[in-house]
Amino acid sequence: MSLSAKTRFALVAPFAAVALGGCGINSIPTAEENAKAKWADVQNEYQRRADLVPNLVSTVKAAGAQEKSILVEVTQARAAANNVRVSASDLTDPAKLAQFDRAQSTLGLSLQRMQEAYPELQSQAGYQTLQSQLEGTENRITIARRDYNQAVQSYNTRIRTFPDALGAKVFYGSKPMATFQATSVGAETAPKVNF
Amino acid sequence: MLLVALALLCVPATAQTFPAFSGLVVDTANILPADRKAGLEAKLQAFQQRTQRQLVVVTVPDLQGYAIEDYGYRLGRSWGVGLKDADNGVILIVAPKERKIRIEVGRRLEPVLTDALSSIIIRNRVLPPFKAGDMGGGIEAGADAIIQQLSAPDEQAKAEAAKAATQFDREHRKSSSNGGVPLGLIFWGFVVLFVILAMRRGRSGSGGPWGQRRYRSDSGGNGLVWLWAASEILNNSHRGGGGSGGLWGGGDAGGSDGSWGGGGFTGGGGGDFGGGGASGDW
Repeated sequence: MSLSAKTRFALVAPFAAVALGGCGINSIPTAEENAKAKWADVQNEYQRRADLVPNLVSTVKAAGAQEKSILVEVTQARAAANNVRVSASDLTDPAKLAQFDRAQSTLGLSLQRMQEAYPELQSQAGYQTLQSQLEGTENRITIARRDYNQAVQSYNTRIRTFPDALGAKVFYGSKPMATFQATSVGAETAPKVNF
Repeated sequence: MLLVALALLCVPATAQTFPAFSGLVVDTANILPADRKAGLEAKLQAFQQRTQRQLVVVTVPDLQGYAIEDYGYRLGRSWGVGLKDADNGVILIVAPKERKIRIEVGRRLEPVLTDALSSIIIRNRVLPPFKAGDMGGGIEAGADAIIQQLSAPDEQAKAEAAKAATQFDREHRKSSSNGGVPLGLIFWGFVVLFVILAMRRGRSGSGGPWGQRRYRSDSGGNGLVWLWAASEILNNSHRGGGGSGGLWGGGDAGGSDGSWGGGGFTGGGGGDFGGGGASGDW
């Protein structure tokens, strides 16, 4: 029985659609957009921390901080961190991400040093509340970084494994995205094991 | 001993075990007397019914080496406290062994129950009774303070929660008629039936050159219709069958219909946690 071209096309089309779908036409952009969304979350949380800094600095100043240099250091670190911007398209460049991470870690460390420099502020209720806000932000940053790393790992795996790797090479020219490395001490809390 | 320790190190984070989500008060550390536990459970269920927000109190005997912040958000995501997309769950975690307490706040509740407020609640309402040795009183005081803050009217949050609750109910409500009718399946069954009948008519109507041509073009089109109908059936039967007559194994606290605001314990709705809240220790 001879089939017309139209019939042949109609019979083959569904299978072609399924086969092409399996090549990552839909799944790769989905995974990439998910990773970019998680990156936006990370930037939000870092921005939130940067927004807390002026409040912290003025509280410490108002409490009569003797050593001004640490406050200047914090303000400068914040300005430097705000200047390093990584857009979603830069995420395939590990160097840019590492630069961003370094700038943010510098701010984090100088904030830590500032808090350690003024232990007497701990007893003030207002300062304790500010500190809890800062801790909350640091916690959110940690979790956002983890979520981003997971999303990027899932995307990178997808573009390297069959069958999505076909679509990645042919249709999208996908490059793997960069992940956060643990740069500073205490970036991730490791589980303690009791021997 | 070293081998055991090495084996422990090799265990991935996903192997972390959490207590079962058996009620709105999960007291695995056994620090609450039975009557206080029952009273607290009733209060929390009423709160969920009233506000669509879910507050859970958990006590754990061991944080398994994790920081309580780490433990808190993982527990929240694992149990799915709060409604999906409304992310309106709160967990009050107490770890008596490590002497730590945390209020873990769902993503969308962070503007309402802020980190600062959680920290104030812990410091002023929970820790003083804890330091005096009254764990039950401290937990109850903390829960009351959270309920008070989260009971304040908030129109936008209410609208979001109502929408998410409707979605939850659709998936989990036990239907009133026994052996619910999968309407979706029946509807699409009729569609397929009509397609078959139309095909039959197309075939029998052929006679002569015009009829033949019509038959040929029809068969190509019908092939596509078959596939489309089949995919629609697969999509809709899942939704239709699942929505009606689906028994959901979360435990029925007597008289509830399994819906989010219907009273009784519903389990988690898939809420997400982003790390908001505050911790304290004593």
